[in-house]
Amino acid sequence: MREQIEGSQAVARTVASCRPDVVCAYPISPQTHIVEALAVLARTGKLGAAQFVNVESEMAALSVAIGASATGARTYTATASQGLLFMAEALYNAAGLGLPIVMTVANRAIGAPINIWNDHSDSISQRDSGWIQLYALDNQHAADLHPVAYRLAEEVSVPVMVCVDGFVLTHAVEPVDLAEPERVDAFLPPFRPRQVLDPADPVTIGAMVGPEAYTEVRYLAHTNAKRALERLPVLAADYAARVDRSVPAIADAYRAVGAETLVIAMGSVVGTLEDTVDELRGEGVGVGALGLVAFRPFPVDVIRAAVAGRERVVVLERAQPTGSTGVIGTEIRAAVPGGPPIHSVVAGLGGRPVTRASLKAVIEAANRGELPELSFMDLDTGLIEAAGSRP
Amino acid sequence: MTTQRVKFYQVGSFAVGNRLLDPEQRTIQSGPDRANALTSGHRACRGCGEALGARFVQDAAMRAAGGKLISVNATGCLEVFSTPFPETAWQVPWIHSLFGNAPSVASGVAAALRAKGDTRTRVLGQGGDGGTVDIGFASLSGMFERGDDVLFVCYDNGGYMNTGVQRSGATPPAARTATTPAVGPAPGNPFGQGKDAARIAVAHRIPYVATATVADLHDLEDKVTAAMELHGARYLHVLVPCPLGWGSDASETVKLARLAVETGLFPLYEAREGRIAAVTRLRRGPVPVEEYLRPQKRYRHLFEPERDEATLDRLQSIADANIDEYGLASEES
Repeated sequence: MREQIEGSQAVARTVASCRPDVVCAYPISPQTHIVEALAVLARTGKLGAAQFVNVESEMAALSVAIGASATGARTYTATASQGLLFMAEALYNAAGLGLPIVMTVANRAIGAPINIWNDHSDSISQRDSGWIQLYALDNQHAADLHPVAYRLAEEVSVPVMVCVDGFVLTHAVEPVDLAEPERVDAFLPPFRPRQVLDPADPVTIGAMVGPEAYTEVRYLAHTNAKRALERLPVLAADYAARVDRSVPAIADAYRAVGAETLVIAMGSVVGTLEDTVDELRGEGVGVGALGLVAFRPFPVDVIRAAVAGRERVVVLERAQPTGSTGVIGTEIRAAVPGGPPIHSVVAGLGGRPVTRASLKAVIEAANRGELPELSFMDLDTGLIEAAGSRP
Repeated sequence: MTTQRVKFYQVGSFAVGNRLLDPEQRTIQSGPDRANALTSGHRACRGCGEALGARFVQDAAMRAAGGKLISVNATGCLEVFSTPFPETAWQVPWIHSLFGNAPSVASGVAAALRAKGDTRTRVLGQGGDGGTVDIGFASLSGMFERGDDVLFVCYDNGGYMNTGVQRSGATPPAARTATTPAVGPAPGNPFGQGKDAARIAVAHRIPYVATATVADLHDLEDKVTAAMELHGARYLHVLVPCPLGWGSDASETVKLARLAVETGLFPLYEAREGRIAAVTRLRRGPVPVEEYLRPQKRYRHLFEPERDEATLDRLQSIADANIDEYGLASEES
């Protein structure tokens, strides 16, 4: 049913429909509204027998999830920013142990300087942790990605991060169609763990693996990730058919046919980007957009096909790897050797709005051949000079 | 109190003598029906106190849980020597996640059992002193304050032995470790540092806290059994000598654990709901700390090249203070 609802509420209520057994979380802006909503749902009996565990840190939040998941519980947590970094060690552990935990990341910048606003520095920094990463385009998408995430996680025994732009989505009130719980039930069968801590059949989980087998474990994780990439669109299509709306799972192309310039982005900025594409198309500019949803595993084939034949590609990078070029641009460049020029544009860091005017200016600069390989959108050089530094 | 004091005749020791006892007074470990949860063939050092302690703790917990037990292990010696892939020494469902999160993982296991309505399966967490009193301390404290249904056992050998004997928050004063070397004007671990994890556990007012050693294995089993009779967060702090880290002979593990108690350096007690409920008084007049320190190379700098009387006095005064504070003085003294 369609409701005017805050993004966090939409996520929380959809997570509740996924029937988690254990929910645990430590508060951090802008994730708080999600876990607050789940706490209310738990207290009012809307989560059934699920346990809501308040913990003392993000490290504990994910560790409780690890213990619960290994005991056969469907498990949920959510975090952002510093919290994601604080649980970094446990992120790799959960993935290494193949525990299908689903976590919402309310994307936020990383300090210092401390900044609570939205960018993708947090989840991008954990791109090699072994988690599947899906980036929500809007609140409808954010809600819909969660049942798909659980189904995928449990099918391939890999944890999934659903990345939702902090504040921009989590705190935005928009119309969202919340899937009826029975539809989610029909799509998402009860959790059947690959292995489980059970006194009736004792297993050892988390043994020490030396040089003779560590590479093979990593290789298997890699092949499993590739399998996840095959299953993801199939499962998303299944869910989409049940809720009767599209649920992009790998990437979402917009007016890309025949576009000489393709702009690739992740998250909520794709909406602004599509508006900009409309405006430029109206002026006869051959530009299209690609909203990338699955960043891990990286959909090389989809990217290759999307980029083929373009004159140039502009990538909006909502995280900046200091001392290198953009993360997504680098991966696209590697996916398409000898392909068109890839321009990384660092945009929207720490909550700075990415406006249509700025996007238009960047695309026009790219079309004129004036956009460097790496640039910072809307860089305030006056501010840098005023601070006594040189831009 | 389920602890039953048993008089031994042959050596005046609590450590031996199962075969001289009536069957019902023998340890769980000596019984043919023991779970053998930590089975033989693992890779612990000769004389490892932790392996000895863990074996007794696990099987006592298994007996109390009717065989329905899940164990969670912090990173450390116990984890490393018991699970070199593709081998495992564990005959219980067992999980190792990280160094600093074992109590939280155990909380998660307990939460999953609650969610599934499983009221029979019990949860035991365990780690060394590094994993418990240092890197895992926030996790432990969180588990305590939430009152999660977990018995957590710390096997305290007073340092990071797995990584090559570095100092931990449980390293005793004056002890030499690789990071508190026996050089300079104040050799060994500084006085006034370290934390009393068991007392901090008591301060959480959890249902049960106890200290034990591998010198009195009946007492250790009894305390596990007492802890398992209760629900909620429970804590057991077990002193486990480490021949490698302490520089002691492998044959002296049990003897050193006994001397730690008999000197007053390691008080044995039980606490319930935040109050000390029982103290084990010394069986003979306090043994001078020197008897405990001398066999350990980590204290050799106190005796060679010349005797460090001042430091020995300070260590003796710690033992004396414990005897006074806990009322450990023997009935005969």
